[in-house]
Amino acid sequence: MTLPPPVALDQAGFVVELEQFSGPLDLLLSLIREDELDITDLPIAKIADQFLAAINELGLNQAADYLEMAARLLRIKAQMLLPRRLDDDEWEDPRSELVRHLLEYQQIREVVDWLGAAAARRAEQFGRGFAPEPRTLPPGPLVIELNELLAAAERVIALIPEPALHRVVPRPLDVESATARIQAMLAEREEIAWRDIVDERAGVVDVLSAFIAVLELAKRGTLRVEQALPFAPIVIRREPPREAA
Amino acid sequence: MSPLAKLLEAALFAASRPLTVEELASLDSSAGEAAVIAALEELRAAYGGDGHGVELVEIAQGWQFLTRREYAEAIERAEFALRTRRLSPAALETVAIVAYRQPVGRLEIDEIRGVDSGAVLDKLVERGLVEVVTRGEGLGRPLLYGTTPQFLEILGLRDLDELPRLEELSVALRPPAPAEPE
Repeated sequence: MTLPPPVALDQAGFVVELEQFSGPLDLLLSLIREDELDITDLPIAKIADQFLAAINELGLNQAADYLEMAARLLRIKAQMLLPRRLDDDEWEDPRSELVRHLLEYQQIREVVDWLGAAAARRAEQFGRGFAPEPRTLPPGPLVIELNELLAAAERVIALIPEPALHRVVPRPLDVESATARIQAMLAEREEIAWRDIVDERAGVVDVLSAFIAVLELAKRGTLRVEQALPFAPIVIRREPPREAA
Repeated sequence: MSPLAKLLEAALFAASRPLTVEELASLDSSAGEAAVIAALEELRAAYGGDGHGVELVEIAQGWQFLTRREYAEAIERAEFALRTRRLSPAALETVAIVAYRQPVGRLEIDEIRGVDSGAVLDKLVERGLVEVVTRGEGLGRPLLYGTTPQFLEILGLRDLDELPRLEELSVALRPPAPAEPE
């Protein structure tokens, strides 16, 4: 029986997978570890650039938590660039908060490794009447008073909208716009196919509208309709306007 | 074996969870807790060594018979029992913070992890590893979480004191070194 790989995910290189990092601090730590940087004297400009590159590469730039960290790094980077007097006792390293945070988080990661190992070790021993824990706990027994039940029922009933009657709206054939469309197409080209007017997405109403428009225009003499064989493609040809009159 | 040790053996065999010394002492009103502890040691010694496929383990503030490690694979292959599901890294991080900082609120967990931990925390509560222990003082009286005996059980710990001490971990929470002006 093969077990999934252990929790530690370092040295894995970058795989495009959100699950690889449990958060921006995790990503930041892995970047620091990869380059063997000193956490307490963090080269902030370098790490900020790497962080931005990494979240871009990982497609994490949509995730708010990662963006927040990116913004934080850039702010610290900007603060580090501000000029200051050498004898300024008041000056506080803008990185100190982040460093404290990182150290704290790193400690948690160490505990995580320890806990993961302990859990794996414990899982090798079975107790009596072992039952795998249920995927979801069954709901507890329902304790409810009649009044509560009635109130709940009332709330549900109140949510039911008035029975909405469906009104059937007649969809009139839109011969006018079909006519206009066909005339516009014929103004550009001498000859068009039926398929040019009516594509696959056209509904019944559209097909009917276009068909009536074609017949109407043929009657007016602005176009000629040809079909070589029964069921062959219909070709619509522009008729010279003078002759049409 | 002493009669008390045999009584405890029967009770521990029947139970499907760790039994505390206090619970075991209730089996025999004439036996005090000290006698129960002595009998437990006797029982543990009897099951120690190579003589048995199970061993008596002190776990989650109680005592329980568990199968020996070397049989895990055979038992699992036969599907008589399955290893418990692993916790995800996010779940381990969250439960670790709860274990060390309890009672702790969600905001503090989010802050340490740098991500929203609400869903993970709910899962841990659902699995019974973490529970609401009290409410905080601050704004909105936030729920504060702590670990459960079940947490100790899945890790095979006797109590929380068995967790590694923070000062034993390689990273000390030391202040950053004073930075040289660049």
